[in-house]
Amino acid sequence: MRFKFIEEKIFRSLMIAATLLVFAFVISIIYTIIMRGWNALSWDLVSRMGTSGLYTSKGGGGFLSAIVGSLYIVGASTCLGLLISIPVVFYLNVYLKKRSKMAYIARIAYDVLFGIPSIVYGAFGLTIMVYLGLKGSLGSGIIVVTLLIIPIFIRSMDEVARQFPRDILDATYALGATRFETIGVVLRQISPGIATATLLSVGRAIGDAASVMLTAGYTDNIPSRLSQPVSSLPMLIFNLYNQPAKEAQDRGYAAALVLTLIVLALSLAGRFITNRFSKNKLQ
Amino acid sequence: MANSVMFTLTLVSMLLVVVIGVGLYLKASPLMENSNLSDLLWSSNWQPMQGNFGFLPFLMSTLWVTAIAIMIAVPISLLCAIFLTEYSKTRFRKYVFPALDILGGLPSIIYGIWGILLVVPWISTVLGPAFGVSSTGYSMLAGGIVLGIMILPLLVSLFIEIFTSVPCELREAAVSLGATKWQTTKAVVLRKTLPGIVAAIILALSRAFGETIAVLMVCGSQARVPHSVFDNSSPLPALIAAHYGEMASIPLYDAALMFAALILFVVVLLSTSRQG
Repeated sequence: MRFKFIEEKIFRSLMIAATLLVFAFVISIIYTIIMRGWNALSWDLVSRMGTSGLYTSKGGGGFLSAIVGSLYIVGASTCLGLLISIPVVFYLNVYLKKRSKMAYIARIAYDVLFGIPSIVYGAFGLTIMVYLGLKGSLGSGIIVVTLLIIPIFIRSMDEVARQFPRDILDATYALGATRFETIGVVLRQISPGIATATLLSVGRAIGDAASVMLTAGYTDNIPSRLSQPVSSLPMLIFNLYNQPAKEAQDRGYAAALVLTLIVLALSLAGRFITNRFSKNKLQ
Repeated sequence: MANSVMFTLTLVSMLLVVVIGVGLYLKASPLMENSNLSDLLWSSNWQPMQGNFGFLPFLMSTLWVTAIAIMIAVPISLLCAIFLTEYSKTRFRKYVFPALDILGGLPSIIYGIWGILLVVPWISTVLGPAFGVSSTGYSMLAGGIVLGIMILPLLVSLFIEIFTSVPCELREAAVSLGATKWQTTKAVVLRKTLPGIVAAIILALSRAFGETIAVLMVCGSQARVPHSVFDNSSPLPALIAAHYGEMASIPLYDAALMFAALILFVVVLLSTSRQG
């Protein structure tokens, strides 16, 4: 057999091996987390408050405060992020011209912001908090996570909005709409983009530990004010895992399983929604 | 009215880059006044209590971990992306893309737990003895493996995007000259997209550079210049995450941690602006 065919065979099998390896990694991670977390996981654990310090005792180490804390942070920062990024995307794509300098610079800025690691956002938030004399709290956690997900929102919505056909804008102008009034048409057209961007951001926000670790403090209770500290699922996993006792670590694995299930559900929802939402899109 | 509100929002969110950079610089400046920059970067003397801040151990371990991650992720993702774009049927991608989505969506703390449960014991019981090294397993190699898998989905999706942009006619020309599929890929697709591949790798590098929680969990936290991949050593992001709690108690410590954040910021800034 000639060399080129042998080469072809070798690389083909290497490629198949690499692709199978990707599957192997996914299965290995999910299998490990489920195997270790399943035995320790119980409804009682999920629905219980994490009584302070007693991670090993019977009544302690519940997940409820962390789950609710994560929901607070993710819910609030997603809403804030949407409120800020939708006008920005609209402005970039409708108000500014195609070759505008500002839009060009803005897109580079968002690329940089997108690449900044969450620990740097956390460190930045921490300096501001020290400057203002604030302690780690729900409010500062929400603000830092909002800053973290705004570039994700803007970038992924902008990608969809840039494909937006200009003729539709002209059609709305012809019907007498002002530039601002076209927002209804634009929003409907980029709604699949908004949906996927939201899911991406929620996935990132719920799993992010580094920024929250530095800015949100840690507690075993559900906060009732923005100025109180809050716990989140990743921080709960991290803290439980760092306990010396085996029971606490097992609970950490169980919490990791809960977080994994949430993320998997989000990923499934993402597939479903992108299929659904792209129905009323004009091509 | 609406115009100016949107203009302000856009401007403010753009300026966030500048604000973060200046904020970190101002907080780190006491440290830079105290000792010159080359001492900070190239000294391996890390004794915060005595006021010695040498970042070399953290820089070196960050570089090692990132290099290992890239060495693991690039060949796998390149082969996988070539397979998906050049070889496989479209139907097959339907099974691979969800897997990549899951891999890309998992939080870094989950990767950290997985690394501790699987990679760390594997290194200490199998790989370490095989190389005749005794290691706890909490090492830069573990960090590199975990990071490598974390950046896989990003690399694969970037590579697929790059490869599909190569016009089909080029491939057809090569095939009509009698080239096999791999020869076509090697001589046409890869050669044509080489700048894009390099850009994608730089992007993935900057992503791996800043990853925190997973490396914090599997790399250990010693402040010394690593000598082998089995050494326990703390990369820059892990340094910030592990010590932010003590930063008020030691003079200049807060400036040192902000300096670490500033280094990460500058690296991301440089690697991203190369793209544009």
